[in-house]
Parts: sequence; structure tokens; C-alpha cells
Amino acid sequence: MNPVSLTAQTVASPHAHGGNSVSRTMFRVQLALAPATLYGFWLYGWPAFFLWALTILSCVGFEALSLKLAGVPRIKGTLLDGSAVLTGWLLAMTLPPWAPWWVAVLGGFIAIVIGKQVFGGLGQNVFNPAMVARVALLVSFPLPLTLWVLPLPMSALATPDFVGSLRIFLGSLPVPDAVTSATLLGHAKTELSRGVDLAAALHAGPGLSWIGMRAGSFGESAAILILCGGLYLLITRVISWHAPLGVLAGVAIPAAIAHGVDPGRFLSPEAHLLSGALMLGAFFIATDYVTSPNTTTGQLIFGLGVGLLTWVIRSFGAYPEGVAFAVLLMNAMTPVIDRFCKPRILGRDRKGKPIDIPENA
Amino acid sequence: MSDNNYGTIVKDGLWEQNVVFAQMLALCPTMAVTTSGTNGLGMGLASTAVLVVSNILVSIIRKTVSDQVRIPVFVVLIATLVTIVDLAMNAWVHELYKVLGLFIALIVVNCAILGRAEAYAVKNGVLASAADGLAMGIGFTGALTVIGLVREFLGSGTLFAQASQMLGPAFAFLEVQIPDYGGALLMILPPGGFAVLGFMLAGKRIIDQKLAARGEAAAAPATA
Repeated sequence: MNPVSLTAQTVASPHAHGGNSVSRTMFRVQLALAPATLYGFWLYGWPAFFLWALTILSCVGFEALSLKLAGVPRIKGTLLDGSAVLTGWLLAMTLPPWAPWWVAVLGGFIAIVIGKQVFGGLGQNVFNPAMVARVALLVSFPLPLTLWVLPLPMSALATPDFVGSLRIFLGSLPVPDAVTSATLLGHAKTELSRGVDLAAALHAGPGLSWIGMRAGSFGESAAILILCGGLYLLITRVISWHAPLGVLAGVAIPAAIAHGVDPGRFLSPEAHLLSGALMLGAFFIATDYVTSPNTTTGQLIFGLGVGLLTWVIRSFGAYPEGVAFAVLLMNAMTPVIDRFCKPRILGRDRKGKPIDIPENA
Repeated sequence: MSDNNYGTIVKDGLWEQNVVFAQMLALCPTMAVTTSGTNGLGMGLASTAVLVVSNILVSIIRKTVSDQVRIPVFVVLIATLVTIVDLAMNAWVHELYKVLGLFIALIVVNCAILGRAEAYAVKNGVLASAADGLAMGIGFTGALTVIGLVREFLGSGTLFAQASQMLGPAFAFLEVQIPDYGGALLMILPPGGFAVLGFMLAGKRIIDQKLAARGEAAAAPATA
């Protein structure tokens, strides 16, 4: 008898694999971010590139350190799944483009160690790490975190060269006043607090925001490129449409109503949608698998909450921009949303009772 | 629990059973007042005074008060002591009193104090109870001061700011100011307090594990 024919090799499930993985998802999100990032390099020059590189490096470094301290086996595999790179990338995109080096290092520490690894690593964190770091940095260092520079093609000064950029990044050269400017939201908030009517305060429409020709964070200026990245993610089914639509609608609907009632006090929905981190937040932050609800209904509610809170903070809060705060608040609500948006169990009705099946159907 | 070994009492109070780092009691004042080393020190000293006297008094009356009414009696005792400390601080260290303010009165509901009365003083003699109160109080003071110093250092770039106002001009040498440091505001705010405490708890666990491992290593050759 042939002994080989009697033994079958056991293979653990899943037996058919679609090829999807953490690193593939992360890679696709990074691919979607790439156009807006490259455009940001062109808009803001070398300092933006240094900031981007060091933020990612810092995130990966602190991830490696945390994994080593936690005694995780196969550090290299976990490190290379791309999640730390993505966190750093997203954080860098929300920072002022000419922020100094220590903002990048500290941001990486807060995002990875306090925002993620303390909870147990990827998949365990309650709050979006990049947004935790963004808010912590903004609250801690209000000045460097609100120093916005004009996109260089628009500013009066010539582009700083490589060495000059490095000195700006390392803090030995101050950012020239001539290139700094207020963001649209910041400008609107200041003018309102001075009692100036918005209709008088805002000369240019938000049209330039589509192509990023305005002061703002490094990666979120060009709304159209972020939108394209988001659409790519939708097409490749990395994200579903529920959360982004919720965010955009959550901002646009109250903004439209308020702007219709009192245009001198409230910004137009178009200005809201194209300003600040809203596009980035809608497509890249609110769609985070870990910190958003599991069901599509839940994601829609989550998105609407983020949008509505963003609008409330922007219109009535002390800070001109509120996407990061709104995301964190809704992250805290996610377990509650999940509790009330449970999917129906197969064979049972919505209340959990078994569905009545006729005997002789 | 009737362990009258003073070495153990001191070790428990300072490290093994530290009010903040081991028992995780009195977290409300810990988070609220440790925005600077001076505040932490002042709060810790005030709590220590209350803790020592309350432990002594509770130990004295432990046999005359029946079990059923002991908690209200202890609370009245502690409240009286806190009122005395409150008025005394208002009179003599008014600047610090203005900063700590409400939290002095809230020492009444500080679970560390009633906790020690219940866990120790009610079962032990007067001297041991006094020693326990002192050790626990110093452990609490140390914890508050360390947390306060870390938060103050990271948050505003100073160490023991305004210490001379509390302890007298002779202690002005404690005050350190780091030049050209803007400070991370978040460390002064409550999230910073929780983060600092969390990292310190992690640090204590690491130290404890190292100590335990060393103890085993030292014990192994002895028994073999």
C-alpha cells in the first residue's frame, strides 16, 4: 500500500483569499494621498517636504520603539504594515507647512505612543492617532501651529533654497512675515470678533480653494486633489460612501440654512466645504476603520455628527477650525453608535427574536 | 493587619502601598492641583497633617465607637481637622491657599484619609497609626510633588515656581526657570495630568518587576 495516499495535508482556513491585507489597504490610502502631497511640496517648497519626511520617520521610529518595549514578536512585519507611515502622513498633512522639526517629532510621539500603542496597537485605539496628535499639538503650542504661510507661487518672496529651507525647518531662521497669512476660517473668525460683516471681510470667493491657492495646512489645501484621492478610495472599495457623505452633508446643510438666514454672520456652505481640513477629514479621517462605527448606518450617523460638530465649532467655538475636535468627539461616541446600530442577526428579527418560519412552507 | 513593624509601615507608605501610585486613591486632588511642584507639595503637606492627626484620633477612639456608627464619627473627625487646616492655611499661607482653594476643603472627601482610618487606624495602636499616617502622607506628598514637577517642567518650563511664597524666602533657591521655553500648555491641562500619571504607573511597574526579578535571583542561590 502506498502510505502517501492515506495522508492529506491539513490547511487552515481561509482556503480562498482575496489578497486583501492591512498593508494593501494602507498602500492604497497612501496612493490616494500622493497627488495632494506632491502638490503640497510644489506649493510650499522644501520645508514642507522636510516636515512630511520627519513626521513619518518619527511615527515609524516610535512605533518600532513601542513594539520593542511591548515585546511584540515579528516587529518588522508589524512595522511594515504601513499603518504608522499612514498615521504620520495624515498628521503631516494637517500641520502648518513650515512647522519646525520638533513639532514633527513630538507629533509622532503623541500619535503613536499616546494615541495608539498605549491602547494596544493597530485596531485597539479608541481615537484617531493623527487627530489626537493634531489636537494635542494645537492646544499645547498655539503659536507655531497657527503660523500659516501663503503658497509660494502666490507670495512676494522667492522660494527659499534647500539650505534656507533646512534652516527654517530647524528653527534657526524665522519664518519671514511677508509669507505668512491667515486662513480663510481664521480670517473670518477674527473679522467677526472685530464686528466686521463677513460680506465686507471676504473679498475673494472660495474659488481658489479648489486648487489650493490659499494659506492652510500642508496637505489639505487643494480640495480637488483630496477629492480625487477620496474618489479613488471609493472606487477601489477601500472606503464606503456613508461616512464622507455624512461629513459633507453635516456641514453643508446647517451652513446653507444659517448662511441663507444671515450671510453677514455665517460663512457660505461652499466656503465651509472647501476650507480647512474638511475634505481630508471626510475622506481620510472619518473613514478610519478602527475608530469609526462598524455598520454603514452607524458610519452615516458618525459622519453627520462629525460634520455638524465641525460646523458648530467653526461658527460658535473659540477655534476657527474644528474638524479634529469633531472627529475626536465622535470617536468617543462610536461605541454608543455601534450599540444602537447592530446589524440584524441572520434568522432573527431586529429585536433579536427568531423569525417565525412556517412548518410546511 | 496588626503589623506593628515600622519598617514595613514606612515601606508601604512610600512605595508598596503608595496612595497614588499603588492604591490609585485621591486621584481627584492629584489631577487638579498638580499643575506645579509647589501646589503638589502644599496639598500633600496639608493632607499629611490631616492624615496623621485623624489616624491618631481614630486609633484612640477605636474601642469606644461601635461598628455601626464608626463611619459618620470618622467623617466628623476628619471634617473638623480639615476645617482647622483650612483656616490655618488661609491665615498663614494665604497665597498658596488662593491657589489650592477649594481642594483644601475637599480633603474631607479624600478617600485616602478615610481609607487609612478604615484600613489601618481602626485596627492598630496609636503609635503605629501615627506612623502609618505619616508614611502614607509623605508618600502622597512625594507623589503629588513629583507629578507636579514633571507637569510644571513640561508645561511651563519652571520648577517649584513661587515656592518662596509658600515656604518662605529662604526657599527661593528652589525656583528654576528654563529660558526660552514656551511650554506645552497641554501638560498643565487635565489630559497632561492623566498622561503623566499613566507613564509613572508604567514606570513603577517596570521598577517593581526588575526588583522582583533581582529578589528572586538573590534568593535562588541562598536556597539552593
